[in-house]
Amino acid sequence: MTAPQKIFEIPLYPYARSADQDAATPARHTVVVIGAGPVGLGVALDLAQQGVEVLVLDDNDKVSFGSRAICFAKRPLEILDRLGCGRPLVDKGVVWNLGKVFFDDRQVYEFNLLPEDGHRFPAFINLQQYYFEEALVKRATEMQAEGAPVSLRGRNRLTSVDQKADHVVLTIDTPEGPYTITADWLIACDGAGSPVRQMLGLDFVGKVFEDNFLIADVVMDAPFPTERWFWFDPPFNRGQSALLHKQPDNVWRIDFQLGWDIDRDKELRPENIDTRLRAMLGDEIQYSLEWSSIYTFQCRRMERFVHDRVIFAGDSAHQVSPFGARGANSGVQDIDNLAWKLKLVLDGTADERLLHSYDVERVHGAKENILNSTRSTDFITPKSETSRLFRDAVLDLAETQDFARPFVNSGRLSVPCTYDGSPLNTPDALPQGPARSRPGSPCLDLPLGDGFLLDRLGARGAPGFQILAIDAEVPTGFTAQGLPCEIIALNTQTAPGLTARYLGDVKSAVYLIRPDQHVAARWETWDASAVDAALSRALGKEA
Amino acid sequence: MTMLNTTRNTPRADDVYQMLIDAHEGKTKAESDAFNARLILTLINHIGDADVIAQALKVAEG
Ligand SMILES: Cc1cc2nc3c(=O)[nH]c(=O)nc-3n(C[C@H](O)[C@H](O)[C@H](O)COP(=O)(O)OP(=O)(O)OC[C@H]3O[C@@H](n4cnc5c(N)ncnc54)[C@H](O)[C@@H]3O)c2cc1C
Repeated sequence: MTAPQKIFEIPLYPYARSADQDAATPARHTVVVIGAGPVGLGVALDLAQQGVEVLVLDDNDKVSFGSRAICFAKRPLEILDRLGCGRPLVDKGVVWNLGKVFFDDRQVYEFNLLPEDGHRFPAFINLQQYYFEEALVKRATEMQAEGAPVSLRGRNRLTSVDQKADHVVLTIDTPEGPYTITADWLIACDGAGSPVRQMLGLDFVGKVFEDNFLIADVVMDAPFPTERWFWFDPPFNRGQSALLHKQPDNVWRIDFQLGWDIDRDKELRPENIDTRLRAMLGDEIQYSLEWSSIYTFQCRRMERFVHDRVIFAGDSAHQVSPFGARGANSGVQDIDNLAWKLKLVLDGTADERLLHSYDVERVHGAKENILNSTRSTDFITPKSETSRLFRDAVLDLAETQDFARPFVNSGRLSVPCTYDGSPLNTPDALPQGPARSRPGSPCLDLPLGDGFLLDRLGARGAPGFQILAIDAEVPTGFTAQGLPCEIIALNTQTAPGLTARYLGDVKSAVYLIRPDQHVAARWETWDASAVDAALSRALGKEA
Repeated sequence: MTMLNTTRNTPRADDVYQMLIDAHEGKTKAESDAFNARLILTLINHIGDADVIAQALKVAEG
């Protein structure tokens, strides 16, 4: 009997000839996305859901190959829920909260992600990237069947890009030869090695960490709990670190830090991996290897993500080391930020200043992620003898001294980005309100009726702004800057969760919410002219 | 901003200095280095304020 095929072995969007390949003049598309990874698929769903015609090209026809993302954070799950595929991910994923840190042979520290009640999504799930992508492909297929303007072409490899004044000309190679199309906008989600970035001759600056990690995904029945275990300098991997984390289907992610001067071929030999695994997990374990690979990590980004008609998102724009799970998690936040802006620019409701705010806000996000990932990597791989001395001192102290535990850094896990200082924000008119709902923050979820608040917020069809009024007098409808805004009037009697998350010590509040569920402005009471001005600002018109 | 105290603040200066030297008595260089690192981290936590710590780092720079 042959083993059932794994999802990553099955072509999910096999090559099929398209009419574009036989067109006399190159077909024109509104948006072309290069790359069907988590980010390219995500932006396609978001644009198509808002009615924008979008074509995704990928040089492959299957989901992600090899050991890649496993930890997905709450915010990207909320974003995907807005796109109609967040909940199946949680159903399939492994929910975890507890992390343990070991130094030598002792546990020195333990953290709990302490999920707060009253959110639809958990703080984190573990799920293989291939399942994540499969869910997005499935959603795209569903949307297509419902008539949404989205299509996906496998084994279509972009080979050249030519920027014109108001469009881009693309050459694509297929198993049946090349063809040409044009696009009003090109979104490059073609990964860290981004061919588009290279074709345009753009820089990708940052640093490479002089270290190698052997990453193995192992299928085994193991008695370990559903926790993240991280070792510094364990007996089974002296002088280095290791990580163990559970994924669905009894797959375990195991990382071994190897150091800089290694023999890659030798390390990857199954018998050598076996020796490492047995030293770590005991001689009795029975397992099979799903993947094994050796990675070197880097933190780098483009200076700007918008280059005329070509926009970069995800790993093509910024790359981080995986400690902190900030890669795919931040890429999904990129597309959440981008899709509505591009839609409004296409509609003529906003101009390219709004797209400029994508640069500002997501470069801010990328900087935050790079800062955090770099610090974690430096803690895990100290760059000097003194740096190692302090690192070990922190770990030694952490075992008995609580004060030392905040210094332990085995990865600062991805948290949602707050766009402080964004040109789209209106200065906070409710500074006494909760800080975590200040302008720039993503809205906090809470139970509402049979569902949750976030079910009601953000762009699903057209990218409307919304007004969330809490215990405040508001009109029933409002149109400004050519955009109708939905008014959601709620009260703390029926939804008491609103008080802590949106009111704090004030009696009432009016929030202006962007299509990506971020707060643009807030006030204590309704003031039509203030809302109008804030909306104009949130459309980039004051930038 | 809270200022780092750089005025004389240790009336028993000789005693305190002796405590520091005694603590290193009998330690190898590696043990002493590790001890110093733990000590610095412990004192840094006591100070807490990042601005004050930044000033102290500057003083130590000489
Ligand atoms: C070991 C490891 C662990 C990780 N863990 C996590 C984690 O826990 N959490 C997390 O959030 N992130 C994690 N990441 C990062 C995550 O995998 C990436 O951030 C994510 O895959 C980026 O998605 P993307 O869509 O931008 O790019 P990719 O997933 O790289 O997709 C790019 C796509 O573009 C296609 N493409 C490239 N060139 C062309 C071309 N010329 N024509 C057509 N198509 C092309 C490729 O085939 C590919 O499908 C991890 C990464 C690694 C390596």
